[in-house]
Amino acid sequence: MLEAYPDNKLARILLWSFCAIVMAFLILPTLVVVPLSFSASNLLEFPPRAYSLRWYETFFGSATWMAGLRTSLILGTLTAVVAVPLGLLACISMNRLGGKAAVTIQGILLAPSIVPGILLAIGLFFVLAAQRLVGTLFGVLVGHVVLAIPVACIVLLPALARFDWNQVQAARSLGANWARAIGGIIVPQLRISLLSATLMAFLTSLDESVISIFVASGQNSTLPKLMFLSLRDQIDPTIAAISTLWTAIVVVVVLIVTLRQKS
Amino acid sequence: MTVAVDPALAADARRERRFFLSLSLPALFIVGLAAILPIVWIIRQSFLSTGGEYTVGNYEKVLSSGLTWSALVTTLELSLGTLAACILLGTPLALALASARPRVANLLMAFVMLPLWTSILVRTYGWLVLLRREGLVNAALTGSGLTAEPLPLVYNFTGTLIGMVHYMLPLFLLPVYAAMRDIDANLVRASASMGATLGQVIRTVILPLSAGGIFSGSIIVFIYTIGFFITPAVLGGGKVNPLSIRIERTLSTFQDWGSASVLGILLLILMALIGVMFLAARRLIAGHQVGTAHA
Amino acid sequence: MKSLPITIDSVRKAYGCYVALDDVSLDVCAGEFLTLLGPSGSGKTTLLMALAGFVRPDSGRLVLGDRDITRLAPNKRDIGIVFQNYALFPHMNVLANVEYPLMLRKTPKAEARQRALDTLARVKLEGLAERNIAALSGGQRQRVALARAIVFEPRVMLMDEPLSALDRNLRETMQYEIRRLHDDLGITTIYVTHDQREALTMSDRVAVMNSGRIQQLDTPQRIYDRPSTRFVAEFMGEANIVAPGAVRRIDGANASREALMIRAESFHLDAKLVGRDGVALEGTLRAKAFRGENWLLTLALDGGQEILVCIPSALAGGCSELAAGHRLTVYASAAKVHAIPRVTA
Repeated sequence: MLEAYPDNKLARILLWSFCAIVMAFLILPTLVVVPLSFSASNLLEFPPRAYSLRWYETFFGSATWMAGLRTSLILGTLTAVVAVPLGLLACISMNRLGGKAAVTIQGILLAPSIVPGILLAIGLFFVLAAQRLVGTLFGVLVGHVVLAIPVACIVLLPALARFDWNQVQAARSLGANWARAIGGIIVPQLRISLLSATLMAFLTSLDESVISIFVASGQNSTLPKLMFLSLRDQIDPTIAAISTLWTAIVVVVVLIVTLRQKS
Repeated sequence: MTVAVDPALAADARRERRFFLSLSLPALFIVGLAAILPIVWIIRQSFLSTGGEYTVGNYEKVLSSGLTWSALVTTLELSLGTLAACILLGTPLALALASARPRVANLLMAFVMLPLWTSILVRTYGWLVLLRREGLVNAALTGSGLTAEPLPLVYNFTGTLIGMVHYMLPLFLLPVYAAMRDIDANLVRASASMGATLGQVIRTVILPLSAGGIFSGSIIVFIYTIGFFITPAVLGGGKVNPLSIRIERTLSTFQDWGSASVLGILLLILMALIGVMFLAARRLIAGHQVGTAHA
Repeated sequence: MKSLPITIDSVRKAYGCYVALDDVSLDVCAGEFLTLLGPSGSGKTTLLMALAGFVRPDSGRLVLGDRDITRLAPNKRDIGIVFQNYALFPHMNVLANVEYPLMLRKTPKAEARQRALDTLARVKLEGLAERNIAALSGGQRQRVALARAIVFEPRVMLMDEPLSALDRNLRETMQYEIRRLHDDLGITTIYVTHDQREALTMSDRVAVMNSGRIQQLDTPQRIYDRPSTRFVAEFMGEANIVAPGAVRRIDGANASREALMIRAESFHLDAKLVGRDGVALEGTLRAKAFRGENWLLTLALDGGQEILVCIPSALAGGCSELAAGHRLTVYASAAKVHAIPRVTA
């Protein structure tokens, strides 16, 4: 865009140096945790004087942390399993209805992503408390699903818009009912978008902390909740190990998804 | 123009629409159950006393408390501070990315978006480590002689602000970058051919045309930040108490469901007010847009 | 397998103020190949989609054989449809695509496979059963779409401009193939196209549509030689519709009082080739073009109107010496002169 000004070298250098600084700012916190996780001491010194895997051992050896991990993984899977099919059906519905109906449905389904998490958290807490469901897996699951549905829709709506609806008509003309048309024609062709939506729903649940803090408790505490409690109390280097593992997994997953999309 | 429609066929059309509508119902039900119902419950709870009767006592208590108003002020300070930082940092960044070659820009954008994928707790922890008295930033500052003593950069307002800016910057960047990318390169060339300097072109062409994106980014920053909980909780050290923290404290420490709900309503009202203000501002700006050539 | 006649009775479809089908009625005989011909927006595709069940009419009836299918769901109508973009399932190979309707009808696997392979042979695609859809050429995809639409032996076939994406040579081959397939199977077929040549080549009857109405329903010959409206005349080819005053009968009798249509290829340069009841038109040559098999002359009649005259090269002796500005008389026999009724339908 600025090729019309090739001679403003000083401005260019300033701009790009500024960018480098800002980008370092963005990436630094995530990066700095990695070497720390391998530090032998618990003093959070940087750079670490000696290296060891003790914090990883602590993490995998602790019953509490492992319970948290298990809970988070189960919740993540359940969230994806529930949110993605519901999201797909809703997106098909919006695609076919069009007009005001679609806009209204979209508004309602995307609302949870705009409402402050703290409000959803305490509101859900009140609702569940009335039913004595606070602290149950079900309570947290419902909270996570309601956050994952908008995420799934954001991925699936454009994918459906690109889809060749003629094929559904062809399938219907050949005798398929709606269940077969959706299951046998739409779903296989939306494979990649469905995979993206599933991963995003899984990550949304895995990363979710605010609702978990209020609604999950005891045995059903999620990993983020445990991390939060630990962060508030003291700075445990075990968290560095968890953070590094987390970042590594997310980077790998995002790479896989991006590479599959390119092919 | 009246067309006679066969009622049976019209009924079939309605039935088909109902079928498609029903596909949304499960998702709508869950959102209703886990998002709409909780909000309604909060409203209801705000009018309930501990004894279970309907009262406005909670409102009296909360609205007359100085803590409430200082929490409101803190919330606004954090949001406005984050917004200012995002605009100052994000606009030049968007400009740089938008003027880069497409492949480079895509790569850099992916890089910028990467923090979004990492857990907020991971990032907050990273800032704790960096901003501590013995942390990396202070080490660099005292080591290079820029400051004599380590600065208190965390467990206070500054640390919270840094954490929030770090979270929101990529989200602010997206619409601004999109708006700048959409600017027709020929407009800049035309300005140059008419004699504009780089500074003038940025001021009179690029920024005005990106205003829509900056506006959208600002709405996003504001709406998200007034509800922020994790960042002030971890990086604020108990000294930074926006509305969200007050809500949590009222609920967990004092078990005061009524007051917590009132504070929640306040948060909702604040959000609605901001939304309305932005919509009004957008309408004003759009009306003003057919503007002047000199800036 | 006996195929079914189709009755379309007073079908109306409007989208807001826009009337797509204006009280359309049509009877298609069992086993007939009928083409709906018209420009875009004429309603031909809308009518086809109404028969298929994807467009719900506002009023009217659609009857297949003796069954009223107006309110029947599209997946229960048992009609074979070939879509304009083929709508093949990209996540299945050729064989799976063709077996699909049989699979839905719970045909035993072995039988379904055999029938699919036989149908592929019928459309001359044997050996391609395991191929992926993406690896096929346009013509091959066309045939797969055909095979998939006939494998379950429907009583009626609908085709929505199936050849529009193919190049000219392939199109002509496929026109022949589709017609041959129709004749072999004897299925009642409704074919939609905007190409008048295609309609003339393939059909038993043609329904010319415009603005949601059928302007004329007739055999290709009569549509071409005896168009009932100006629109039909001009849509079918260069119509040369002239005012009655520009035409002189050779034997001197009174000319008609209505507008006359004389197709460009009906003209002769030699008066001896037309009968005494033929007509003559005089004018000045504006332009001429040699097109290999014929000459195309643009003649400005004395009344001011321009007509196109097409003379086969074999009979065009002397054309090369003609120059712009030359006076010229052209002749046509009475049979080739057609009066267009004043009031259009």
